[in-house]
Amino acid sequence: MTDHTTLSHLELETPEKPFLDANELVINMGPQHPATHGVLRVILRLDGEKVLGLECVIGYLHRGVEKIGEHRTYTMFNPYVDRMDYVAAVSNGLGYCETVEKLLNVEAPPRAQHVRVILTELNRIASHQLWLGTHALDIGAITPLFYTFRDREEILKIYEKYCGARLTTHAFRIGGLQYETYNGFEREVNNFLTFFRPKIDEYEELLTTNRIWVERTRNVGRISAEDCIALGVSGPVLRASGVKWDLRKAQPYANYKNFEFDIPIGENGDTYDRYLVRMAEMRQSVRIIEQAVAALPEGPIIAKVPKVMKPPAGEVYHSIEAPKGELGYFIVSDGSTQPYRVRVRPPSFVNLQALDLMCRGQLVADVIAVIGTLDIVLGEVDR
Amino acid sequence: MGPIIQYITSYLASDQTPGAAGNVFWMLVYIMLVFVGLSVAVIAMNWLERKILAHMQVRLGPMRVGPHGLLQPIADAIKLLLKEDIMPAEADGLIFWIAPFVVVLAAFTVFVVVPFGPTHAITDMNIGILFMLGVSSLSVLGIVMAGWASNSHYPLIGALRSSAQMVSYEVAMGLAVVSAVLMTSLNAEGTGTLSMIGIVQAQQAQGEWFIFKFFPLGLIAFFIFAVAMVAETNRAPFDLAEAESELTAGFHTEYSGFRWSLFFLAEYSAMIAVSSIAVTLWLGGWLRPFPNMLSGATWDQIFSFLPGATFLFFGAICFYNAVRMPKHPLFRIQTIGLFGFGVVLGLIGLVLCIPAVSVHIQDIFWFSAKIAAFMYLYIWYRGTFPRYRFDQLMQMGWKVLLPMGLGVLILTASVALLQQIWHL
Repeated sequence: MTDHTTLSHLELETPEKPFLDANELVINMGPQHPATHGVLRVILRLDGEKVLGLECVIGYLHRGVEKIGEHRTYTMFNPYVDRMDYVAAVSNGLGYCETVEKLLNVEAPPRAQHVRVILTELNRIASHQLWLGTHALDIGAITPLFYTFRDREEILKIYEKYCGARLTTHAFRIGGLQYETYNGFEREVNNFLTFFRPKIDEYEELLTTNRIWVERTRNVGRISAEDCIALGVSGPVLRASGVKWDLRKAQPYANYKNFEFDIPIGENGDTYDRYLVRMAEMRQSVRIIEQAVAALPEGPIIAKVPKVMKPPAGEVYHSIEAPKGELGYFIVSDGSTQPYRVRVRPPSFVNLQALDLMCRGQLVADVIAVIGTLDIVLGEVDR
Repeated sequence: MGPIIQYITSYLASDQTPGAAGNVFWMLVYIMLVFVGLSVAVIAMNWLERKILAHMQVRLGPMRVGPHGLLQPIADAIKLLLKEDIMPAEADGLIFWIAPFVVVLAAFTVFVVVPFGPTHAITDMNIGILFMLGVSSLSVLGIVMAGWASNSHYPLIGALRSSAQMVSYEVAMGLAVVSAVLMTSLNAEGTGTLSMIGIVQAQQAQGEWFIFKFFPLGLIAFFIFAVAMVAETNRAPFDLAEAESELTAGFHTEYSGFRWSLFFLAEYSAMIAVSSIAVTLWLGGWLRPFPNMLSGATWDQIFSFLPGATFLFFGAICFYNAVRMPKHPLFRIQTIGLFGFGVVLGLIGLVLCIPAVSVHIQDIFWFSAKIAAFMYLYIWYRGTFPRYRFDQLMQMGWKVLLPMGLGVLILTASVALLQQIWHL
């Protein structure tokens, strides 16, 4: 295990050195840079092309979501969480709704829970598709991006038909769902699954055995299981390092315990393994959706929740397995209509910590690959 | 006037290139033709690359400016010319100013010896291939100058990458070229040639393109060259010097407007230049395909119609697409434009069908067609491959291509020696 105390802090002042002694170079990657997935600023300290260390500067997309939560009622805050990880808005909504439900001590009816699982897993696929496209684009393969966006469109169409929005969906309500599924929802989801299964093979055909892709990703950005746990890294990054930890199995929420699926894990914890894990996760998501659609029960879609929500004073932490890792909400209630404090544990923010560890000693091109493989969304990092 | 006209017409009887014949007038005409031809080729390449890449990536590409985006390159050129010319305050002004010209100069000068036909070259040098390799590698100088003068980190790293890459791939490239040059000496006198025209004529005399010579040695040498030439021109998957996702735009990050467009022009003409080396050395230059299998006067006749037929085919595609255009007043101008473009292509095709014209043109046509195939390959690479990392690129150059090149060279030399001395 790497000793974190030995990871020295970056000396960012350029030392006074004689002209042409250009051994060390400090460069700013971002906040305007094509491959930092938004407005991440990475200060790189380089020896030629080799990375001596790096530091992330975040906050360029800070909107104070947590603070806003203190001045909105529980219902009013619901759409705001979609704006954090806008790529996986449905997962964010699910996490928030379930946390407040836990606080209110209500449970969504089975039909609502099934629809939630279907939409969340569709969202996981969409998020992984976006990750795959941009990750491949960072490594220089431009074509997969268009393939994944073509197929992601089908998921967004389902969302659009369901709730009118494509990206920041606000699909769930506290206690269940606001909308009943539209006519032909099951059929369209099933159509998507049959459409999508061969598409995963298509992506894999482009990349999995591509010699350059394998060379660019294997043994790049390795992180051991111990380091992952020490840094709090979760999600596919943790699983690629060989830790079989998935909140859907470990502490089942929604009704994931009713569905059969595997947790794909990797061995080496390198970029290639993370790629394989996410590809396998897409296939598992397809499996879950298939079961959920087949077993979609009839019944009410929303539990009995008060119009004016005044949860009893107290605090609650609830976390779900978002596409990027453990997404946790910690809500303190003082018994009023507004939360006293909302704290979000965003997976991207925590995973980003590992960037320095994963990049030291590698090349500039690997930093790009590692940022891509961490699958960060800056809206969630900065909140 | 008399002597001048006589001077001009005197060249027409000769069967040499204007440079070799020493005729300044025709030399200038050829230079203008090559210059205009290259510019048109770069413009066409710009449109084709976007269209072909787009269709590989399930999208349409430019569709708005002109029918099927045909006027997009022109719109882009106008945009680039009108753009504000920015020079960073801390830049080294003079070098920043010179760098794009060095690159363009290097990329264009090589076309002095490119043989579009037995007489269709500006001049024929007895060291033609050396001249091409030498001058085309000068462009790295301009790239380093651009990277240095920008006084910025990304361009500097891009320039360093580019120079290291070009230097290491030049070695493998040179070895592949030498093995092809060796093959030219397989004649009765045992004398080889470095002249570009001489190399093609040697393939004609031996009745075999060098890519098929000593199978698979010629093929391997060609393969080495084909890989090295992509690296040499900084194109995907070896486009590390301008790796967009890593170095924003590499050595030309700080360039904009016209200066940037010069780099663009140089990149594409360098692609055409190295492709023309490959075509000349291994693919029989201006010679038509299947010279042995489909030989004889009838086949010559048929092949001489192909240039015209190709243009007629392109014209027909334009007509077909014009007919398929939406029948809406908004599309009327585009439809008329596409019809007009089809008519122009068709007329060119008809003119090329005239035997007197096609005799002179078909060399150029075959040469260009072979280069076009390489250009398609370039686009295909870009749509398919991820980018190599710098150390992997170096590893490939020094540990794979260089030993392969050496091996092929030694084997080619041995086989040639056996044939030459012992007549095996």
